[in-house]
Amino acid sequence: MKESLGTTGLILNEPMLWEKGKKGRCGFSYPQRDVESYHLDDELTGTGPDFPDLSEVDVVRHFTRLSQWNFGVDTGMYPLGSCTMKYNPKTNERQARLEGFSGAHPLLPTHLSQGVLKLMFQLEGFLSDITGMDAVTLQPAAGAHGELAGMLIIHAFHKSKCLHCSKIIVPDTAHGTNPASAALCGYRSVPVKSNEKGVLSAEAVAEIMDEDTAGIMITNPNTLGLFEENVKKIAEIVHSKGGLVYCDGANMNAVMGIVHMGEIGVDVLHLNLHKTFSTPHGGGGPGSGPLCVKKDLETFLPVPRVVKNNNRYLLSENFPDSIGKMHTFYGNVGVMIKAYSYILSMGPDNLKKASQLAVLNANYIQKKLQGIFHLAYDRPCMHECIFSDKLQKAQKITTLDIVKRLMDYGFHPPTIYFPLVVNGAIMIEPTETESKENLDLFIEACKAVANEAQDNPDLLRKAPTRCKVRRLDETTAARHPCLTG
Amino acid sequence: MRYLPHTNEDISSMLQVIGIDTLDGLFSNIPEDCRRAGDLNLPKPLSEWELNDHMSKLAGNTAVSPEYKVFMGAGSYEHFIPESISYLLSRSEFATSYTPYQPEMSQGTLQAIYEYQTLTARLLGMEVANASLYDGASALAEALLMAIRITRRKKIAVSSLIHPLYRRVVQTYLAPTDCRILELSYLKNGRTDLTALDEIDDLAAVAVQSPNFFGCIENLQAIGKKTHDKDALFITSFTEPLAYGLLKNPGSLGADIACGEGQSLGIPRSFGGPALGMFASKMKYVRNMSGRLVGKTKDMDGKKGFVLTLATREQHIRREKATSNICTNSSLCALAAVMYMASVGGTGIRELARLNYDKSEYLKKEFKKAGFTISFDSTTFNEFVVEFPAGFETKYENLLDKKIVSGLPLATYYPELTNQYLFCATETKTKEDMDALIRGVKS
Amino acid sequence: MKEIDELNLPDDVRYAEDHEWIRSEGDKVRIGINDYAQDQLGDIVFVELPQSGDTFEKGEEFGTVESVKAVSELYIPIGGEILSVNTALEESPDLVNQSPYNDGWMIEVKPSNSAELEALITRDAYLEMLKGLK
Repeated sequence: MKESLGTTGLILNEPMLWEKGKKGRCGFSYPQRDVESYHLDDELTGTGPDFPDLSEVDVVRHFTRLSQWNFGVDTGMYPLGSCTMKYNPKTNERQARLEGFSGAHPLLPTHLSQGVLKLMFQLEGFLSDITGMDAVTLQPAAGAHGELAGMLIIHAFHKSKCLHCSKIIVPDTAHGTNPASAALCGYRSVPVKSNEKGVLSAEAVAEIMDEDTAGIMITNPNTLGLFEENVKKIAEIVHSKGGLVYCDGANMNAVMGIVHMGEIGVDVLHLNLHKTFSTPHGGGGPGSGPLCVKKDLETFLPVPRVVKNNNRYLLSENFPDSIGKMHTFYGNVGVMIKAYSYILSMGPDNLKKASQLAVLNANYIQKKLQGIFHLAYDRPCMHECIFSDKLQKAQKITTLDIVKRLMDYGFHPPTIYFPLVVNGAIMIEPTETESKENLDLFIEACKAVANEAQDNPDLLRKAPTRCKVRRLDETTAARHPCLTG
Repeated sequence: MRYLPHTNEDISSMLQVIGIDTLDGLFSNIPEDCRRAGDLNLPKPLSEWELNDHMSKLAGNTAVSPEYKVFMGAGSYEHFIPESISYLLSRSEFATSYTPYQPEMSQGTLQAIYEYQTLTARLLGMEVANASLYDGASALAEALLMAIRITRRKKIAVSSLIHPLYRRVVQTYLAPTDCRILELSYLKNGRTDLTALDEIDDLAAVAVQSPNFFGCIENLQAIGKKTHDKDALFITSFTEPLAYGLLKNPGSLGADIACGEGQSLGIPRSFGGPALGMFASKMKYVRNMSGRLVGKTKDMDGKKGFVLTLATREQHIRREKATSNICTNSSLCALAAVMYMASVGGTGIRELARLNYDKSEYLKKEFKKAGFTISFDSTTFNEFVVEFPAGFETKYENLLDKKIVSGLPLATYYPELTNQYLFCATETKTKEDMDALIRGVKS
Repeated sequence: MKEIDELNLPDDVRYAEDHEWIRSEGDKVRIGINDYAQDQLGDIVFVELPQSGDTFEKGEEFGTVESVKAVSELYIPIGGEILSVNTALEESPDLVNQSPYNDGWMIEVKPSNSAELEALITRDAYLEMLKGLK
């Protein structure tokens, strides 16, 4: 085996911000005061917040040290299932930082913001082509926000037909955001189980679909990393009862240029620009969750919409059926710029190839780790593969122990304990930007951990040992929350 | 393609391991009738340098400083951002990491967010702040939903001087529910009119913004008292958090929930997003809060560490019964905000807020001197409304030719306010810039 | 997690299929969750209970119990009025783990229909049911 990635290095301790600094220090370059000071009623003024006073050096060292306790895609492989942690190209960052974008006030007269409007208009077109859907809004600020917009549109669609549905079908493999978004629209989630092959059967959906059901929320490819092969038939059943098909597009990275979402019966689909389209996750956001719809739902999209008129781009509010607004302004434009930059860098053939290689990488890992860990569904996967801790049960080793030990080998853990239908799930999504050598290192590390589980299980129970901290006491954190310092 | 590391040799050896012949074979589980017929219809790929050229051109025709002087705020403010912040934010370890679900490998993000929560709570005078939401508008919508959950009542009163776009987002969020939104009108002095409250019972919450959309500082204490007399929750919204460097904070004036937009704190305007939804409340409501929370704890050796906590409120555990469907926060923006608050510091934020107040007061005085009317006489912070004689539209256009974007025409949002414009001056505007604006308006 | 034969299942209480226990004390009953339930949940971090005076029908949700990464609804095994709740759980939810049948009790109820009590299963019947689950 090659030398493992994981090693120790000099990691520095760093106190809390407010334990540093001294009154009178300052890390900000004050502009010249060129106006006098005016009267302000004492009644209105407060004492000012209790912030520490720090120099620029204090601040820079503080956050540089903190950053070194973090692991990102640029540090190493981050095979977090369902999250598509692909490489975040650096040119994207340059584009979003351009002063003409980053300095733009959102309420500028539109003739003074043509460039950014054109970019948004074109990006909508690109996403429409990639998904095969008819119309797109870029306004939702994240995937769950896109989902909510989608549910609001489904609600508005039924309302426009004077229908008041009370239920929506949600598979047992769905992301938690699905039922939570549906609940905000007053829908009760009706669960449907996936079959022994890990996909939905048309019969199971037919059994529960009725006129009081607003539709179905599917994820395709689903969270087991499998393509919902009966989706067309399911869509027909749902449509025949007046329902709509919502598709969570979190896993679009598997099927760019391969599946036509419009053709398979999907009515509403959200994308995650921070997954499929390479924008960085930023430690949990900001993301962007564009929503794509079929022609007959376009009228409900949030406003304002970017429209093109006589070669000028305008922001139009003139859509009376619109659900309204999801975001103060137009969504996370900075993120859109990065996705646009990615699509233009890749071009049509490379986007398709990215999906092919993402699926290749996942299947390669699935094959190589079969027998090392228990494979939940023994069939070819899409962009992610799912194992469990079943084979390690005898040693009383859990999924949590396994992935914590992987940290010591220099890898970010896969997604664990999701989807819920697989007990002790270990969900691995390598993405297309990992090379064969990196996959092999990861596979070797997994094998080494599985061997340790046999020979020296305590190594796993006590892992990680090479991170800034060891396993943390989450129980006390929840029993006696300490949320501010 | 430089992001795709596979050589042809890699591909064939991997396919061999899997036991199939071609890349297409990987997709055999996808039925034929689900496939896309043709190729993607997208532009051919650009090289890095072609892309730079293309993007610079797109970015080139936007009205931004220093070429343009923009005197417009309205929820998106121009403030100086130290280069140190942009530099620190671009550190890959922060930017390219995911939500800190694995705390041992995410202590950097976790401690930084804990510090953000702490400084946010201190700025707003509240007991607890979350790790952030999308933006000011969605933060207000979440605050109202939270109040509805806590009180189990269905009526909310919202000031008409809350940012009009925030109110539209609230309407969108609440549209499918049976909750009723009552809008409180405004007084001649530019503050919220509370008289309508006298006739309403069963309120879940009263929401106001201070400084409000007209820049006027509301009498939060009085509104809070009236709200609490009604047994409702008092929600304060804001678009300009810098104001609390100088003004009394919402917590000290009785707010149960304080929420708003944090873009002013070191985040570029970026045509409106990404933004930062700041959200804080009293500790007793924490289990009804939406969004992530970071808590302090110890590791198995007793060393200090941080974790995501109280996660049972959230969608990935409580699913349809979650406090919100939100899954991400605006983490990197929250990081920018904590870096900004730390850089400016306690002494500095007071001075900076004072400078902002003085700049806009100067501009206000100059407008008055030039013979224009300041529409509302309440004390303002950073922004104020000016009334012009009919026909100002032409002058507005002329000023654009001089590369000055004068205020925001208010008639778009308040049809009764024809010829009234909302102006904003922050520390980024020099006396010279403001004098040029006044000269242009007068000419 | 405990094996079935490691579970503490006293025979002075009745059991419900949702893993609550019920102990009669004169004309009122005490209710909590049993050893199997607390073991499955792991470290309990929060218990949400109703208020005295609330009334419930048999089978209704009367509260929730939370571990770090799970929430479980609590279903009342008999209908009635809540007489008191165990306020000690606010500060020390871990009592449910340490002493599920005594200090970790949850609610005291005045049953509205004593026949419902009779329908609850005994230790042995519950044990059989658990074996069926495994």
